[in-house]
Amino acid sequence: MTSNLDTRGRVPAEKHKEPISNTNLLLTITICTFFGMYALAMLVWGGGFLNPQQFLDIFNNNAFLIVISCGLTVVMIAGGIDISVGGVTALVTMASVVHLNGGNGSVLGSLGLALGIGLAFGLIQGLLVSYLEVQPFIVTLAGMFFARGMITIISNDPKTASQETFLALKAFRIQIPVIGYYGKAGNFIPASIEPGVIVAIVVVLAIFFVLGWTRFGRNLYAVGGNKQSALMLGINVKRTKFFSYLLCGLLAGIGGFVYLLHTGAGDAANATASEMQAIASAIIGGTLLTGGVGNVVGTLFGVLSLMTINNIVRASGLRDPWWQSITTGLMLCFFILLQSMVLSAREKRGSFQIPGWMTFASRRIHHES
Amino acid sequence: MAKWWEKFSRSQLLVPLSALLLLVVYNLFRDIGFFSIILATNNDGNAVLQGNLISILDGASELAILAIGMTLVTASSRGQDISVGAVAAVAGSVFVRVLRANEITLPIILFAFLAACAVAMLCGVFNGTLVSVFKIQPMIATLILFSAGRSIAYWINGGATPTVDGPLINYIGKLIPGIPIPSPILIVILLGVLVSLVLRFTNLGLYTQAVGINEKSAHLNGINPVWIKLISFMVIGVCAAIAGAIGVCKIGLINHEKILLDIEMDAILAVAIGGNALGGGKFSLKGSVMGAYVIQALTTTLYSIKVPSTSVKAYKAIVIIAIVVLGSPMIKEALMQFRDKRMKPAIDKLFRKTSDVVESQ
Repeated sequence: MTSNLDTRGRVPAEKHKEPISNTNLLLTITICTFFGMYALAMLVWGGGFLNPQQFLDIFNNNAFLIVISCGLTVVMIAGGIDISVGGVTALVTMASVVHLNGGNGSVLGSLGLALGIGLAFGLIQGLLVSYLEVQPFIVTLAGMFFARGMITIISNDPKTASQETFLALKAFRIQIPVIGYYGKAGNFIPASIEPGVIVAIVVVLAIFFVLGWTRFGRNLYAVGGNKQSALMLGINVKRTKFFSYLLCGLLAGIGGFVYLLHTGAGDAANATASEMQAIASAIIGGTLLTGGVGNVVGTLFGVLSLMTINNIVRASGLRDPWWQSITTGLMLCFFILLQSMVLSAREKRGSFQIPGWMTFASRRIHHES
Repeated sequence: MAKWWEKFSRSQLLVPLSALLLLVVYNLFRDIGFFSIILATNNDGNAVLQGNLISILDGASELAILAIGMTLVTASSRGQDISVGAVAAVAGSVFVRVLRANEITLPIILFAFLAACAVAMLCGVFNGTLVSVFKIQPMIATLILFSAGRSIAYWINGGATPTVDGPLINYIGKLIPGIPIPSPILIVILLGVLVSLVLRFTNLGLYTQAVGINEKSAHLNGINPVWIKLISFMVIGVCAAIAGAIGVCKIGLINHEKILLDIEMDAILAVAIGGNALGGGKFSLKGSVMGAYVIQALTTTLYSIKVPSTSVKAYKAIVIIAIVVLGSPMIKEALMQFRDKRMKPAIDKLFRKTSDVVESQ
């Protein structure tokens, strides 16, 4: 993403390593933070953090968040924003439950419904944002209002899915060989993950591939980085933006189905504030809202970091729910400031220069460049 | 007539005024009683004006106040502050905390309000510093307080939903005996006059627009963009404090989770409906305040046709989309072209004809 030229515009010599790109630098910071945090938690609090099931439960409980955060990352890389994802997720859960509990509902039918709702939201929002040039914030805000309002129009009360095939799928667990923990009676219990996690991982891999190795993915970075020059390079800016919203809507639909697989209930309060969590995860993962910088692997680690810090807060005895949002805020603040400082420092000093206090993390690259 | 029409069709107020007109016409046909205002006496025996119009004006007070602040922030920083609801909750909590620690008298209320203002301004400075000094997009910078604010409000009052009671509180939240208009409406008028006077007699409005339109050239012309942005975020802090205090006084208690919930979205919407560009630059406070009343009028209309309060959002979304699509650059351009090509000759013809008739007579 960054050019090979150094500050003076020279082509670097052969042994000159290409400076680490913004995307990779922010990604490295996030991954290091996550592992550092988790290792610290293991050392200090031990207990649950040493239990592999608790680690996998982060995935189990937040598979939907990973999926919708991926969608958000795509939109944010293209320089947009989509705050309707949480609402769409909740709408999908409610619509699918109503479909499943209806006379001849099937799992496939509800999956189709989920994808359809997601695509419909993505389609309309994408059209409005890219072709009618309406502010993405307002369009997706309206999308969120519409989705949240529609849920209560469908049903004001929470509904629980009772279809048998669906319940069997929901109860299905994939056991992981070798890894596990010992129960109270000393018996070995293998660790397990829910089917939603497989979906989430497939989504992460697919988006990773799309962003890195397809023309559409490259176009996203180009459009987000500089719309004008992308246009001059012959990239169809409007179409790229449109497809980013379509993809995000589709992923929100999938996220809704994954959410339903985890909880099995449709409720207007489902996925509350998850759009903000998803934005926070993407930012912690190194995606810039200005566009052009970001990585879906970073987003995955963003979700994991966010949830790990919540676990740490709970483990350290601050069990009141309000501590979690305060720590989320603090963490967001830390990462936002970090990004801002790293990027402004790089802008000022040319190619790869980072503040002195950070040289520890990437001394090797620093010396080579 | 033709000139007036031309001026109006280019004016920023076109969107909010036509939206308001549409609502009025709809309600006229639906139920003319919607507009009735009666002078009744409340439980305490004071005269009070009642009716849908009054409840729209009263209900939109907090929104109108926040819309004023949001307009300034939007104009200067080219982004929106999504933490206003949370900051209002924090300020309201401080307000209640101070009131509960003392006996409620007028100086204490004033002191509590000043304390709330100070805390809210501190939040504004926090947001403003992130935006102006660290160059973070406003929406992301304010996301921090958006997610943490209500929890801080919870913490201030030790996790309870405390109540405040007293005649003075009712004077602020409901009405002052002798004046039949609900006090929040008066507060909005007072604040509106104050802010427009400040903008009229200082350069703040001009500087804000200059920074929003082109930060670099504003800087080169001797305006400090950092200060202008900080000031706009401090103003929205004060607005949030006022809104929080009114919100507390209206119901006499603070519920940190429910007070002014989702109001940040409505405030941004009010700015957009008011014809202000969300990308910063030129602004019109009149438009934003009118936008706030349009939103409240829409909500009240929906309530009066028996839409349940939880589903109002869906209908609101449809209206928002309709408004922003009409205001979108593409459609606007098409409409302008249509106006210049088709309607202008028609209108000119119409007027020429009448003037010809007059002349020939």
